[in-house]
Amino acid sequence: METEFLQSLPRLLAYASMVIGSAFIVIGGIGVLRMPEIFTRMHASSVTETTGSLFVLAGLMILSGFTLATVKLFAIALFLLFTSPVSTYALVNTALIAGQKPVVVKDSTGGVSA
Amino acid sequence: MSFLFFFTLSFVLISAVLAVHARDLFVSTIWLSVFSLMMATNFFILDAADVAITEAAVGAGVSTVLFLSALALTGEKESGKRVYRLLPSAALFTLAVVLIIVSLEHPRLGDPSAPVHQHIAPWYLSETPVLIDIPNVVTAVLASFRGYDTLGETLVVFTAGIGVLSVLGFRPKRKAVVTAAQVSRRTVRIRDHLILRVVGKLLIPVIMLFALVVQFHGEYSPGGGFSAGALFASAVMLYGILEGADRSIKAMPQLIMLRLAALGASIYIFVGIFGILLGSNFLDYSVFSSNPVAGQQLGILLIEFGVGLTVASVLVMVFNAFAGRDTY
Repeated sequence: METEFLQSLPRLLAYASMVIGSAFIVIGGIGVLRMPEIFTRMHASSVTETTGSLFVLAGLMILSGFTLATVKLFAIALFLLFTSPVSTYALVNTALIAGQKPVVVKDSTGGVSA
Repeated sequence: MSFLFFFTLSFVLISAVLAVHARDLFVSTIWLSVFSLMMATNFFILDAADVAITEAAVGAGVSTVLFLSALALTGEKESGKRVYRLLPSAALFTLAVVLIIVSLEHPRLGDPSAPVHQHIAPWYLSETPVLIDIPNVVTAVLASFRGYDTLGETLVVFTAGIGVLSVLGFRPKRKAVVTAAQVSRRTVRIRDHLILRVVGKLLIPVIMLFALVVQFHGEYSPGGGFSAGALFASAVMLYGILEGADRSIKAMPQLIMLRLAALGASIYIFVGIFGILLGSNFLDYSVFSSNPVAGQQLGILLIEFGVGLTVASVLVMVFNAFAGRDTY
């Protein structure tokens, strides 16, 4: 019983990781639809691109074990880690320069929140 | 057919409709890029990995950049009013109905008794290990069995490059719009434009390396000259976008690119003629070596190199011609 559990542990871990990743992607999707302006929207979508896809890729890596596929998945993850934050940054920065203003809301205490 | 296939296919349809519908040409271009990416996914689901790589590199990558640089020369808004005429709409509707009726007669996708799987495909599958002995049958069909077709495609790419260049001009008369000086001036405006350039510098060599892998590993895994050429050109385009078109033109001068494109097509043709000189047919590589299988592999490697050279230099040339032009 115990050995069986230990044998299925990596698979469970992989599934958990993939479910977490999918949850992040769904949350990011909801965020893109619900957020008021481009900056918060990009903030939501960057969650999809980095955390979501990295969790899913980690799950796939655990599933495929020590094979060439894992190396390829790792390369993809590394590529995403480089490109997604940079593309998010480029888009948001261009929006800022193009004249988009973040929506600023003043709360009752006089503090400022985006 | 899987659910995923229907999902991507319906997304292809949606993005195509939106690309036509958008009045803003910039938005239209982005929808076309989404269309190509979804199409590439589709090809991959259908197990056509070679086509998927090419579609992703050319459709979603290179052609988007080319469309955007064309928009920089013209304008972002669609000009003129849209008129909806009855006759063309009716004709299109009739055509669509006819196509749908015809598609009902299609054999089921992947049906082994479909004519396409009965005619010559079994011969390719059974003879490739014997005659050429490479795992990727697509490369064998593309480069050897149907070498004439691929020669035609390569020449089409070459001709298209010449055509674009003769419209836009081989050498821009005035200096490039986006010069390095302007890029650095824009750096002040786009705060920390530096990040993009640093990451770009990290990525460009990796992309080029990957292009070389796709080029020379095409016999064993999906890939080949066309996709490798597009990948290589996309690396150069990234450089041109980040550092200014005048630098990418300086690194890859138009005249040299033109000659390299011609050289690639000539390599293909001369490999074919070499077969005749050795006493066989045009584009028959079996005679290149005492072992016919080794001769085939050598011939495929050579013509794939020619294809890659032509595609890469034509795409770089077209990009430089667009980006190096005076806009205003």
